[in-house]
Amino acid sequence: MNELLIVKILSSIILQSAPLMIAVTGETITERAGVVNLSLDGKMLLAAMTGFAVAYTTDSVYLGFLAAALIGALFALIVAFGSITLKLNQVAIGFVLTLLGSSLSAFLGQNFTRLPGPSVGKFSIPYLKDLPVLGPMFFDQNAIFYFAVLVVLAAWWWLFRTQPGLYLRGAGERPEAAFARGAGVNRLRYFYTLLGGALVGVAGAAYSLGIKIGWSENHTAGLGWIALAIVIFGGWSPIRGAIGAILFGATKALATVFQQNVAGVSVQTFNALPWVLMIVVLLLVSSDWVVRAAAWLPPRLRGPFLRLVQVAPPRALGVEFKQD
Amino acid sequence: MHVELQNIRKHFGSVKANDGISLTFEPGRIYGLLGENGAGKSTLMKILAGFQPADSGHILLDGQPAHFANPAAALRAGIGMVYQDPLDFPPFTVLENFLLGKDRRLALDFRAASAELKHLMGRYGFEIDPQANIQSLSLGERQQLELVRLLAGGGRLLILDEPTTGISAEQKDALFASMRHMARQEDRTLILVSHKLDEVQELCDHAYVLRAGGFAGEHPLPCDNNLLVEKMFGQVPRRSPRPALPLETNLLELQQVTVRTPRLTLQNINLTIRAGEVFGLAGLEGNGQELLMQAIAGLAPIASGRLLLAGRDITRHAYHQTLADGVAYIAAGRLEEGLVAGLSLTEHIILSAPRVKQTFFIRWEGARRVTAERIQAYEVVGTPQSNADQLSGGNQQRLLFAMLNPDLKLALLNQPTRGLDVRSADYIWETLYRRRAEGAAILFISPDLDEVIERSDRIAVFSGGQMSRIVKASQTSAEELGHLIGGRQ
Repeated sequence: MNELLIVKILSSIILQSAPLMIAVTGETITERAGVVNLSLDGKMLLAAMTGFAVAYTTDSVYLGFLAAALIGALFALIVAFGSITLKLNQVAIGFVLTLLGSSLSAFLGQNFTRLPGPSVGKFSIPYLKDLPVLGPMFFDQNAIFYFAVLVVLAAWWWLFRTQPGLYLRGAGERPEAAFARGAGVNRLRYFYTLLGGALVGVAGAAYSLGIKIGWSENHTAGLGWIALAIVIFGGWSPIRGAIGAILFGATKALATVFQQNVAGVSVQTFNALPWVLMIVVLLLVSSDWVVRAAAWLPPRLRGPFLRLVQVAPPRALGVEFKQD
Repeated sequence: MHVELQNIRKHFGSVKANDGISLTFEPGRIYGLLGENGAGKSTLMKILAGFQPADSGHILLDGQPAHFANPAAALRAGIGMVYQDPLDFPPFTVLENFLLGKDRRLALDFRAASAELKHLMGRYGFEIDPQANIQSLSLGERQQLELVRLLAGGGRLLILDEPTTGISAEQKDALFASMRHMARQEDRTLILVSHKLDEVQELCDHAYVLRAGGFAGEHPLPCDNNLLVEKMFGQVPRRSPRPALPLETNLLELQQVTVRTPRLTLQNINLTIRAGEVFGLAGLEGNGQELLMQAIAGLAPIASGRLLLAGRDITRHAYHQTLADGVAYIAAGRLEEGLVAGLSLTEHIILSAPRVKQTFFIRWEGARRVTAERIQAYEVVGTPQSNADQLSGGNQQRLLFAMLNPDLKLALLNQPTRGLDVRSADYIWETLYRRRAEGAAILFISPDLDEVIERSDRIAVFSGGQMSRIVKASQTSAEELGHLIGGRQ
């Protein structure tokens, strides 16, 4: 393998992970507010189909993305209404919607399979794109990648550096305390469930309009589940989630490389690699090894270290809020 | 600010929590709000602090009627409340917690908030690192933080709900000093909700007493304790006498027991407890007394040393084996660790039966009969069909004790009377004395030093994993224990 090929692979890993970054950020926002939306996989499929179909029909990728966002928000609205207003089981609603989205996308997308259509193009940043290695990887990319980076950074800033972000996290950690500080907990949860859903919809369309262009049955199948796993892997932080998405893409690419170079081992073994890695990391960070490791550090670094590696879900994730 | 409550009524279902209560609070004074569990103190204060609306009645601030949509609105009007379990956000940093809801600006100004927080804490003599995580703080520190937050938000009237349960003597002194400062120097109004008379006498200028949802009287302080007790209970409740028992046979022996966890190590603990003995463990939470209890119960592994129960080696016994050996462990969290919220009383009794008496198919009829007997014996207000979470706190505690099996050898009790009023606590001890007369030993933890001294035969104090010398309850004082808790021998 020459250097050019490696850069090409890296650049494609980055691009492939862009929709995943958007979906992970969307679900992270929703879960931070205390709602689990498990319908990701079906939602992404339906949004990918709708996004492509609308863009194909109207010849506008913008309308395609808009339609996909609306589909995502609509699914999220169902989850929000069911879990917040009707106080139904969030897991059950999510599963049913997953199946619904998957079947609907196959049914409604019949007339749009394997057609050439509009797509999102490359967007090169002058001067920076000429940097060695980094240039082609980060600055000569599809516009979707820049959008994903923007979404991730904006979500991080919103969550950790703004007053509304504190309310958002508060609603997911301890809704009764957030209420005491003046938050309309259920209103917030509705809003962020819809926003997160819209982002997941955009992620679906990003795939069918920018990565693997077009539509065929089960086009994005599996991606939603991967995104859900990466939300946990990323410790409910957009930036760590984005890194997780890229790492996931990288291990997958690595699996492909191994597969080509190591004979006699089945494909499935290498395809399982990313999952094994993810489980190992999750086991390590949730065990008390982390606490033991922290004990070796100087006291000043202990807090930041634990904050960095210890992963805990929002405490009120999936817990309904009733005002007395 | 002059605050008046007029004819406040609130009921939950058929229970009248507040039945037309009217009280007045003047600036610059510290009030004690007294009453036994269920008297309506918390409900009334939650209404005043905007946490729940009253069914009827008025709140007047300087003569103007006020309505609060939520606690944040109450704070804007100058009223704030520190809950027994402070309403903060455990994974957040101190600074983030302080900032949440503080103003309406979009971007957070960490630096300015940190300066303000430090300034305020300095003024009231508190010391907390703004970068620390809330979950690493003690309960006392979290209360201090809530107080400071309410003051920063413009609190003129501050309510503290049972603030001294579970905090150290030093923290209590610091808290009371800061409360006096707020009232005397800054002309704020303070309300201490408590059922501990001594504290109210020590701190407050005036006491209001509630009983069964109604106003039961008031008195300037200090005054004779019995006057207040009479108003709280209608009569002076008797204290059950503690029968003297000869303590002869050794029941539990710990020989050089060592227990290690990442946070804490207990090194070479030696302790002998005799049949019929009540042994009290004191110390601040997390200093080793709970770990020792868990090690005896088989819930924490013993690294080295020996544990003998009636001469039998049970060092390596896991919890289900120690249960069969006749040991019972009652955890501090009633609903978290002790009971199953959604199960009925009958199902609890079935679950608590010893393994050998359990059958694959449940014999409901027998179980219901036993449950009804226990309900009667332990005076639980509930039916065999009621769910555990439908009971009041005091009755949940009684249920826990009703689940103890007849052939008990050793009871390990973590805060057996937590959150109970004098009468309910006394009832619990009465049942424990009966167990003791039957030859069971009782090892218990309590943050209340008076309770430890009054109820124990002997006492040991834990500090940083070290066990103090063992003192006789009849020859010690709260002061001596306080010194031991601070790590001084």
